Amino acid sequence: MEDRSKLSVSERIEQRTKGSGSSSFTEKLMPVVFFICALISILTTVGIVFTLLFETVTFFSNVPFADFFASTEWYPFFSDPQYGIWPLVNGTLMIAGIAMLVAVPFGLGAAIYLSEYASEKVRKTVKPILEVLAGIPTIVYGFFALTFVTPILRSIIPGMDIYNALSPGIVVGVMIIPMIASLSEDAMSSVPNSIRQGAFALGATRMEVTVKVVMPAALSGIVASFVLGVSRAIGETMIVTVAGGASPTMTVDPTGAVQTMTAYIVQVTQGDAGYGTPIYYSIYAVGMTLFIFTLMMNLLAHYISRRFREDY
Amino acid sequence: MKFANTAAQQRVHDEEVQGLSRRNIWNKIFKGVCFTATAFSILMLLVLLIRILTQGIGFLDWGLIVNFASRNAEDAGLLAALAGTIWLMMVAAPVSFILGVGTAVYLEEYAPSNKFTNLLQTNISNLAGVPSVVFGLLGLTIFNRLMGMGASVVAGGLTLSLLVLPIIVVASREAISAVPTDVKHASYAMGATKWQTIFRIVIPTALPGVLTGTILALSRAIGETAPILVLGALTYVAATPSGLLSSFTAMPVQIYNWTGRPQQEFQDIAAAGIIILLLMLLFMNSIAVFIRSKFQKRF
Repeated sequence: MEDRSKLSVSERIEQRTKGSGSSSFTEKLMPVVFFICALISILTTVGIVFTLLFETVTFFSNVPFADFFASTEWYPFFSDPQYGIWPLVNGTLMIAGIAMLVAVPFGLGAAIYLSEYASEKVRKTVKPILEVLAGIPTIVYGFFALTFVTPILRSIIPGMDIYNALSPGIVVGVMIIPMIASLSEDAMSSVPNSIRQGAFALGATRMEVTVKVVMPAALSGIVASFVLGVSRAIGETMIVTVAGGASPTMTVDPTGAVQTMTAYIVQVTQGDAGYGTPIYYSIYAVGMTLFIFTLMMNLLAHYISRRFREDY
Repeated sequence: MKFANTAAQQRVHDEEVQGLSRRNIWNKIFKGVCFTATAFSILMLLVLLIRILTQGIGFLDWGLIVNFASRNAEDAGLLAALAGTIWLMMVAAPVSFILGVGTAVYLEEYAPSNKFTNLLQTNISNLAGVPSVVFGLLGLTIFNRLMGMGASVVAGGLTLSLLVLPIIVVASREAISAVPTDVKHASYAMGATKWQTIFRIVIPTALPGVLTGTILALSRAIGETAPILVLGALTYVAATPSGLLSSFTAMPVQIYNWTGRPQQEFQDIAAAGIIILLLMLLFMNSIAVFIRSKFQKRF
C-alpha cells in the first residue's frame, strides 16, 4: 500500500490498465472486429468484380469477343444465337436519354425555384415531399408506367406499341427528378449569400443573379447531379422490365419496344435458361458492361464535383 | 444646351426604365417557369398516388392479406409475400446494422488517415452507385450457387444487406461524428478506456441517428425487386417460409408478378398490393421521423 502511493500517476494508470486483463483484451479485440466489418464492403466490391469477370471470361470462351462488340444483333434465344451487345446498349441509352430530357429541365427548375425564389417555409415543405417521391419503390413506377402512362401515350400517338421506350423513359425521368433537384439545390444553396448581394447591389434582377452568378458558381455540383442521374437511369431495372418490352433492336424510334441491359438480365433469370449454358453466362457479360458504364459515370460525377468545385 | 442635355438624360433614363421593366418581366417569367417545374414534379407524385389509390382501394380486403397467391384474381393474396418480406428483414436488419455501424465506428474512431482508409471511403461511395441488379448477380453467384444457399431467405437477406450497407454507413458516420469531443474527453477523464467510451458514450449518443438511417435503409430494401428477382426469388409461392433456407417471395416480387399478367383483375389487385406496400413504407418512415425528432440530442 505504502509502495503504491509512491508511484507516479502514469505508473498507476499503467498498473490499473494491466490489472484489468479482460478489459485490455477487449481493447485490442474491438478495433479488429470493426476493421473486419469495414473489410466486408471491400469484399463486396471484390466479390462483384470477381464474379462478373470470372463468368464473363467463361462467356467469351464460348462466344468470340468480336461478335459481342462488332455484331448489332442480339438473339440469344435463337437456334443460331447472336450475341451483339449494341441493341441492348441502344435500348439502355435511349431510355436514359428520354429520362434525362424529362429530369434535367424539371429537376433543375425545381432546384432553382427552391434555392433562389421559394421562402424558407415553402422549401422546408417541398423538399421532404420530393424525398417521398424518391423513396417510392421502382416496381410502383413500373406499374404506373404500364397501366397509366402507356395508355395515355397510346391515345395521343396512334400505332404505338404496348411496350415502348417512351413511357418507361418518361417515368424513369420522373423518378430521377427528386435526385437532380435535391443535389442541384444543395449545390446552389451552398453559394454564399454575399456573392448574390454583390450582384443585387449592381442592379441585377433575381433571374440575372441566378443564371449569371449562382449557377456558374454551382456548376460543378449541378453537372455532377446530371451525371449521377444518367447513371441511375442506366441502372434502373423494374420500370424498363415492366413497361419497355423485350425486343433488343437497333431502333431510334421511341414508340417501339426495346430492351435494356438490366431488363435482359431479369428476363434470363426469370426464364429457364439452364445453369452453364451460354445464355446463362451472357447475363454476366451484360452485367459487366452495365457495371462498367455506371462505374464510369459515378467516377466522372465524383471527379467533376471534386475537380471543378469553387472555393469561396 | 442645358435643355438638350436634360432631354438626352431623359431619353437615357427612359431607356433604362424600359430596359429594367423588360428585365423584370423576364425575371417574372423565369420565376413562373421554375415554379411550374416544381409544381409539376409534385403533381406527378399526386397523380401516381391518386391513380393507385383509386384503382386499388376497392380491392383492398382482408383476403388480400390472409390468402396465398392464386391463379384466380379473387382468391389471390399476399400472405406468402408478406411473410417472405418479414423473413428477409429479419436477416437483413441485424446483418446490415452490425456491419454498417461497425464500419462507421472503424472509420470515425479507429481508422488511421492513410491510403487504405481513403480506398475504403471511395469504395463505399462507389458501392452506393452500383445498380441493384448487379447486386442480384452477386447474390446469385456467391450466395445462391457458390455457398449453396439456393434462392433462400438467408441469401436474399444477405444480398439486401450488402445493397443498403452504404446508406447505413453514411448515416451512422454522420451521427457518430456529431457526438461532441467534449463528451468523449469527459469519459476519458473519468478513466474510461477507448472501447468503454465508444460503447457507453459514443454509440448510445449516436443511436437515434444510426437507427433513423437504418430504418430508412431497410425501407429501401423492402421496396427492392430486381436483386432478389435475379437471385432467384420465386414469383409463385403458396407457403410461408419455415426457416432460413426456405424459398420465398416478397411483396414487390408478388406485385411484379401480378403486373405482368394480362387480365385486368390482376392489375387491380396489384394496385391494392402496392397500397399495402406503400402503407408499410409510410409506417417505417414515420418511425424514423419520430425517432429523429424525439430522441435526437442537441448539444
